[in-house]
Amino acid sequence: MKKLINTPESVLEDALAGVAAAHPELTVDLPNRVITRAARPAAPKVAVISGGGSGHEPLHGGFVGPGMLDAACPGEIFTSPVPDQMLAAAKAVESGAGVVFVVKNYTGDVMNFELAAELAAEEGLAVRTVLVDDDVAVEDSTWTAGRRGTGATVLVEKTIGALAERGAPLDEVAALGERVNAASRSFAIALTAATVPAAGKPGFDLPEDEIEVGVGIHGEPGRRREKLRPARELAAEVVDTILADRHLAPGDEVIALLNGLGATPLLELYIAYGEVAARLAERGITVARSLVGNYVTSLDMAGFSLTLTKADAQLLELWDAPVDTPALKRA
Amino acid sequence: MDFDTPLFDTALAEAWVRAIAAAVEKEQARLTELDSAIGDGDHGSNLHRGFSAVLAALDDLRPAGSGTVLTKTGSTLISKVGGASGPLYGKAFRAIGAALPDPAGPADVAEALAAGLDAVRALGKAAPGDKTIVDAYTPAVAAFRATAAAGAALPEAAAAAADAAEQGARDTVPLQARKGRASYLGERSIGHQDPGATSTALLFRALADVAAG
Repeated sequence: MKKLINTPESVLEDALAGVAAAHPELTVDLPNRVITRAARPAAPKVAVISGGGSGHEPLHGGFVGPGMLDAACPGEIFTSPVPDQMLAAAKAVESGAGVVFVVKNYTGDVMNFELAAELAAEEGLAVRTVLVDDDVAVEDSTWTAGRRGTGATVLVEKTIGALAERGAPLDEVAALGERVNAASRSFAIALTAATVPAAGKPGFDLPEDEIEVGVGIHGEPGRRREKLRPARELAAEVVDTILADRHLAPGDEVIALLNGLGATPLLELYIAYGEVAARLAERGITVARSLVGNYVTSLDMAGFSLTLTKADAQLLELWDAPVDTPALKRA
Repeated sequence: MDFDTPLFDTALAEAWVRAIAAAVEKEQARLTELDSAIGDGDHGSNLHRGFSAVLAALDDLRPAGSGTVLTKTGSTLISKVGGASGPLYGKAFRAIGAALPDPAGPADVAEALAAGLDAVRALGKAAPGDKTIVDAYTPAVAAFRATAAAGAALPEAAAAAADAAEQGARDTVPLQARKGRASYLGERSIGHQDPGATSTALLFRALADVAAG
């Protein structure tokens, strides 16, 4: 393992210290492991809080700021945060209009946020939870923990963050989050495994000429293993897999997020996006907005995910709304 | 009361928790290896972090009853572990602690352990056969209860529970996971022992060891 760290044990606290040093516009509560905006909103607004295991940066701390999140709770690497963190975050940023938790659908995240919501309710806070489960690689059935939350998290956080900023009430903000999640599907392919610092070696062995298809963002293997093929074919497979879920029809407009998993150069992500765009055009889908870059990563995993969110006027308007966070800025 | 029969008291509760911490430390690498195969490879380090925090919390706690020792263990796990194992084991210990009279005989301990299992199932919504903690915990409770009901003393009941938990953990190997991160692997989860069931077996073995004195 060759990593730019001090010790495997101190990765999270050292990284949070770096976030604090780099971003005076954020407040990093190191003991509680909560990242909030340094400036409180001028008027009461719904507080949008997310959190999850670390290793997915910029998710979630990189999305704290006006127009997006009010607070983020980073857990240990690939491990959900604990309820105390979400409670501390809720108490820190709540301004009388209630709290929305954005939770990616993983067993641990769901449980810890559920316990946090109970604690917050005991303290008199109004809490709504938006569950993100967009990954079509997982069959949504009683035979699994349900679809994983991946790239759609960025779209949920961006759009409900914009709506909350305008003073929309709690139920409306939460309902929008559910709507954006329902309109979104994602799928990912990995070229290499991720190395968790504490483990010291890649999560799985992958020969030089093979890829994992249908991976998640926690270093786990995917649904199946295939031979590496040209970007054009991989992009087409990802697009076709998502479209097979039938949430889109020819003529639909989408917001497309071509997301790097952490160790794939932007050059290659643009190659993949070009092929995705071409394939979508062939299938009759119009890309209304696109975002290409590393937003929901899996440490040093190479590969990409594609998220397609069915767009409409309201979503596009909220997507275009101003945002000022470390990882996403729009005037 | 027969004074030759060891009871589950405060000293035993503390000894149990400390034995779990030691077992988790010793088996950390194996738990992580099992979790790397079908999860994300952090089960060992997460439990190690949690029980290290529990040991520190126990040092601040004394003197306290056995129930308090276990509820504090549970609360600390919820506050320090994260993931699925933090809330699941945390809720389990809180439920066991809440249900346990001090001191407790074998039948009381059986019912307290069963309360812990109920808490795990309520939070995790897992059933036997889903390849989870429940697959080791369920046979362990059944064995503890049956042995205690037959009039056995605490060491014997705890040993039977540990044997059953270990067997239950081994029996997860051919199962396809239906809960947790391993479920994302579909059929690829078959052939691996579940890390959660394995750590549950460690918990019951630790109880058997300290009950044996």
